[in-house]
Amino acid sequence: MLRTEEMLLNVGPQHPSTHGVLRLKLKIDGEIIVDAEPVIGYLHRGTEKLAEDLNYTQIIPYTDRMDYISAMTNNYAIVHAAERLMQLEIPERAEYLRVIAMELNRVASHLVWVGTYLLDLGALTPFLYCFRDREEILDLFNELCGARMTFNYMRVGGVKWDAPSGWIEKVAGFVERMKKEVKEYHNLITGNEIFIQRTKGIGIVSKSLAIEYALSGANLRVTGINWDLRKNKPYSIYDRFEFDVPVGKTGDLYDKYLCRMREIEESLRIVEQAIARFPESGPILAKVPKVLRVPEGEVYVGIESPRGELGCHIVSKGKDKPWRLKFRRPSFYNLQIIPHLLKGENISNLVAILGGIDIILGEVDC
Amino acid sequence: MNSWLLIGPVLLLLVVLLFVVYAIFFERKVIGWAQNRIGPNRVGYWGLLQTVADVLKLLFKEDVIPNKSDELLFRIAPIIAFVPSFAVLAVIPFSDSIRFSDFAIGLLYYMALSSITIIGILIGGWSSNNKYSLMGGMRSAAQMISYEIPLVMSVVGIVLSVGSLNLTEIVEAQKDVWFIVPQFVGFVVFLIAAISELNRCPFDLPEAESELVAGYHVEYSGFRFAFFMLTEYVYMFAMAALTTVLYLGGWNAPFGLTFIPPIIWFVLKFLLIVFFLFWLRATMPRLRADQLMQFSWKVLLPIALLNILLTCVLKEVPVIGAYF
Repeated sequence: MLRTEEMLLNVGPQHPSTHGVLRLKLKIDGEIIVDAEPVIGYLHRGTEKLAEDLNYTQIIPYTDRMDYISAMTNNYAIVHAAERLMQLEIPERAEYLRVIAMELNRVASHLVWVGTYLLDLGALTPFLYCFRDREEILDLFNELCGARMTFNYMRVGGVKWDAPSGWIEKVAGFVERMKKEVKEYHNLITGNEIFIQRTKGIGIVSKSLAIEYALSGANLRVTGINWDLRKNKPYSIYDRFEFDVPVGKTGDLYDKYLCRMREIEESLRIVEQAIARFPESGPILAKVPKVLRVPEGEVYVGIESPRGELGCHIVSKGKDKPWRLKFRRPSFYNLQIIPHLLKGENISNLVAILGGIDIILGEVDC
Repeated sequence: MNSWLLIGPVLLLLVVLLFVVYAIFFERKVIGWAQNRIGPNRVGYWGLLQTVADVLKLLFKEDVIPNKSDELLFRIAPIIAFVPSFAVLAVIPFSDSIRFSDFAIGLLYYMALSSITIIGILIGGWSSNNKYSLMGGMRSAAQMISYEIPLVMSVVGIVLSVGSLNLTEIVEAQKDVWFIVPQFVGFVVFLIAAISELNRCPFDLPEAESELVAGYHVEYSGFRFAFFMLTEYVYMFAMAALTTVLYLGGWNAPFGLTFIPPIIWFVLKFLLIVFFLFWLRATMPRLRADQLMQFSWKVLLPIALLNILLTCVLKEVPVIGAYF
């Protein structure tokens, strides 16, 4: 019997498929992973601490940089928390604009995931198709708020910019096109034998394990738990829309893919309904004082970001700045399951499992 | 005669280099089209000089040899990999008049020589003293060895039919019916195994970017890296030519269109195979290492063996036997 040694393999922080600056310390025995330890913090900017010196409106652009793939939901988390403390009444039109923006952002975010995930698995083309469609959404956002990724769109009490004329029609046109594109993705990816082989039965998470690790978002739903904050703890105006929550059966990577694809379709459904009921006119910002003073108190709000439960916890001492601000970043929590999932896996499943979780390092490190 | 022996290979090398330059260019164009992009279009008219610029860039790069690498092995690995890739071209008959060597065991020569490249790749992966390149090299070796077997087995059917390993005779035996028809099973096995031998998508795991960064040549830069790339594309040239010779009737014209010169027919069929390889790369994800091995040993090899048996049996059947 040959004497074999465990090898320490360092993956990242500069590695093509760690999706940013994640570093993994892997102990491998041949091609089998014995131990995995994620090392994070390479993108830490101290958002939460910085926020203590900023007033509420100033914090919003910082949240853009957390989950930079889906900045709209981040904007909403902080704004929503402040509004909850101030007990503000939000104008109809602003609420609709917010929902449309957030759901379009969810579509864009999932498109990025599908594209990069297939790229991790070695397929080049879906990446470009996904980015082509995402580009349309970014163009729409560009028209709405002048930015492609760091939107800084929402404000406490409403939104910063009203929809330009003709914008809603453009969104409607996009939704129509996107529905057809989703079919194209299914043609290209869903039935692909190699894709199925690489994802089916791999990276399975059981219900209890998912709850123990506090997974959320598609990572949780894929195990069969029907938990979507938009349905279970409705915020904004989500209770007015009809949509289903896609739930997986087996909890493997293929299910995750199907789940996210269906979430794209459901988001499009919500956008469609929101467009149909979009108020003709009205204010987009509630009556708020120039200097926002959030009353003393403590609040936690959780919203459904594309990656899971994005929470925002504000402790206010009645000043114009939060005394303490804490974000519950879904990527950070979802990442924690990585050592557990990777143990005993073949190293060629590494990127498939890591990619399946859909982490954004800007959000993990915050 | 003697001058031909001297000039011929040089000409062939030039043709092959030209092919490599434009194969890379067209690969990028084809994938660009498949992906809704334009592809390279800045250097030269329609981007035609893009690869030339790339090659020049590689030549001017600093030749980095990692500190703790095995220097001698690190230096010779690209050469060991490249030489056989060009040497195998000697036996390929490009048309009834353009060929270099016409000896009896041409096919065997090709198969035997092409496996030497594995040693170069393994040495390159090992001597770099990098864990990623080591794993890439190991995977490469494992993959190439396991796919060599179905590759060889799949052509046995043809050898049985023709009764010769001489590639010219194999082409001449396809005057009426190309071997892609009677040997279709063999063709499919051969094509899959060949793609894997070429380390091309969907079997490109040795250089799986997303896992192994770049595989066995991760530490190579400059012209040594260029040599590895060159090897890969020369093999593509050789393999496409071999496929044409073995299954697509070589220079034989289909449907009696003999007024078109044989070499043109050869090039057309050859380009078809090359295009097919590019096309695959634009559509397929990558297989996993263990699935790759299973696929070779559990699926391809039995089918190839079955094909041999089938060929033997059908050879004895009257009427049909004429085609085998």
